[in-house]
Amino acid sequence: MKYFSAIALFAATFFAPQAASGEKLISSLSSHQVLVSSSFAGAELVLFGSVERDGATVPRRNGYNLVVTVTGPRQTMVTRRKDRVFGIWTNAESRTFVGAPSYLAVLSNKPLNEIASIGVQQRLDIGFDNVPAPQTPALQPTDLLFRDALIRLKKERGLYIEEPNSVTFLTPNLFRAGIRLPAEAPVGNYEVEVKLFADGANIARTASALEVVKVGVEQFVASSARDHGFWYGLGTALMALLTGWFASVVFRRD
Amino acid sequence: MQIYLPIADLPVNIFLVLAMGLAVGFISGMFGIGGGFLMTPLLIFIGVSPAVSVATVSSHIAASSASGAISYWRRNAVDLPLALMLLAGGILGTALGVWLFTWLRSADMLDLLIAVSYVVLLGAVGGLMVVEAIRAIARTYQGKPVVLRRPGSHTWIHGLPFKVRFKRSKIYVSAIPVWIIGLIIGFVGAILGIGGAFLLVPMLIYFLRVSTATVIGTSTVLTLVTMGSATIMHATTNHLVDAMLALILMVGGVTGAQFGARAGALMKAERLRLLLGILVLSVGMRFAIDLLVQPNELFSIRLVGGS
Repeated sequence: MKYFSAIALFAATFFAPQAASGEKLISSLSSHQVLVSSSFAGAELVLFGSVERDGATVPRRNGYNLVVTVTGPRQTMVTRRKDRVFGIWTNAESRTFVGAPSYLAVLSNKPLNEIASIGVQQRLDIGFDNVPAPQTPALQPTDLLFRDALIRLKKERGLYIEEPNSVTFLTPNLFRAGIRLPAEAPVGNYEVEVKLFADGANIARTASALEVVKVGVEQFVASSARDHGFWYGLGTALMALLTGWFASVVFRRD
Repeated sequence: MQIYLPIADLPVNIFLVLAMGLAVGFISGMFGIGGGFLMTPLLIFIGVSPAVSVATVSSHIAASSASGAISYWRRNAVDLPLALMLLAGGILGTALGVWLFTWLRSADMLDLLIAVSYVVLLGAVGGLMVVEAIRAIARTYQGKPVVLRRPGSHTWIHGLPFKVRFKRSKIYVSAIPVWIIGLIIGFVGAILGIGGAFLLVPMLIYFLRVSTATVIGTSTVLTLVTMGSATIMHATTNHLVDAMLALILMVGGVTGAQFGARAGALMKAERLRLLLGILVLSVGMRFAIDLLVQPNELFSIRLVGGS
């Protein structure tokens, strides 16, 4: 009996606030598949959604806040720093980050610190201080330098995006967010996580996914280079011969 | 017009790449070289990784030397026995080069080696060419005859055993230096993404005293075979050859080479050598500056693998 009440109490404390609020988060992506063809120069996706309320939902005086996190396939990255060795600037120290997202977009309707406290952000794994957490094993201050460089360089290439104004509420309950994928975005599965906040607390969440795939010539070239290296090389060499021969025929003067 | 490169994994402007192919092709046609030492740095400059650049340029050089080899062949300017003897060393050198390339890449030292080798090699060769060409030009101004080939002068190279006669090149030399030169060219070419004609031609002239009538034709055949096999080996071991990038470069390259050859025919040989020397030297200097001056961005990131 005591056992049951403990579970009941646990359930009450955990689920009660959400049950009482009754908000339901619904979202949809404009496309779940991004095709990388030879003319691929990046893509722009739109995430639409609305916050569904019912009669029992408590009013939120400060309105809703939204954080959208898009995470690309995880990769192992090496950050290297150049140093002067014997008068030459060359790569010296490096740090390896296992499981760093290849692509990461943290989109919200206002700066994260205004949406939730740092503690909440940490617990929910949102924001750049928490998500690309290649904390292997524990980051020393010097390691942080390398991690910051990784984030900075990825941002320069458009692979890491932090935009505290890219989620717009069209009405108090209806929102849209633009997700930019640069041309360099690697192929694979991307997770899209939408988290709804009110008064500093996470009250609903929903997840979805999108896939970046190579198609057509791109796919053919990439897969044959990987799977049939010798024949691919032979084909390229023959193509070179043919191009050279063709030129000597076209431009023949003697 | 943007086009996405499947192996280099980045979008490039197709006209920019085509123009690069044309420009390098023009220069290569003008001087009778493959132009790899220009194309590889240019590709690195537009953002292609050094490894992909080196591997892809080998197929580009194969294409431009193919068209060259065919026209030299028609003019009977190829010494086939000499080319085959050079190739015996060349193929082995290429295999060694691709093997070292793979090893350096896994040890994270490839980029540094490419940069340092470019400085040393291009600096030395470019410097020698400039000095030699200036001397030649000065001699012609003073009215003295230009001495390119000294038939009577023998060096220690001519004392080596296993002598072979190469009729068309008018030489009678040991097979050992021929074989070693082939080995060096194949090795250097595979690592640095250069055909090596700008090294091979002087070596053939100064060490082996090959006749000027066959030297370029023979070196073109050697370049064709070593670069063709480097393409296959790079594709088999490292999967880094970008066929789409290669195709655009080739089309630009072989076209530009035709116009370059016409422009080159209008110039005096010493002037051409001086220009080429300056070009080689400045590419070497460019790499030297990168190594010696503190870069704006000290950090770089590299993908090691998915997970």
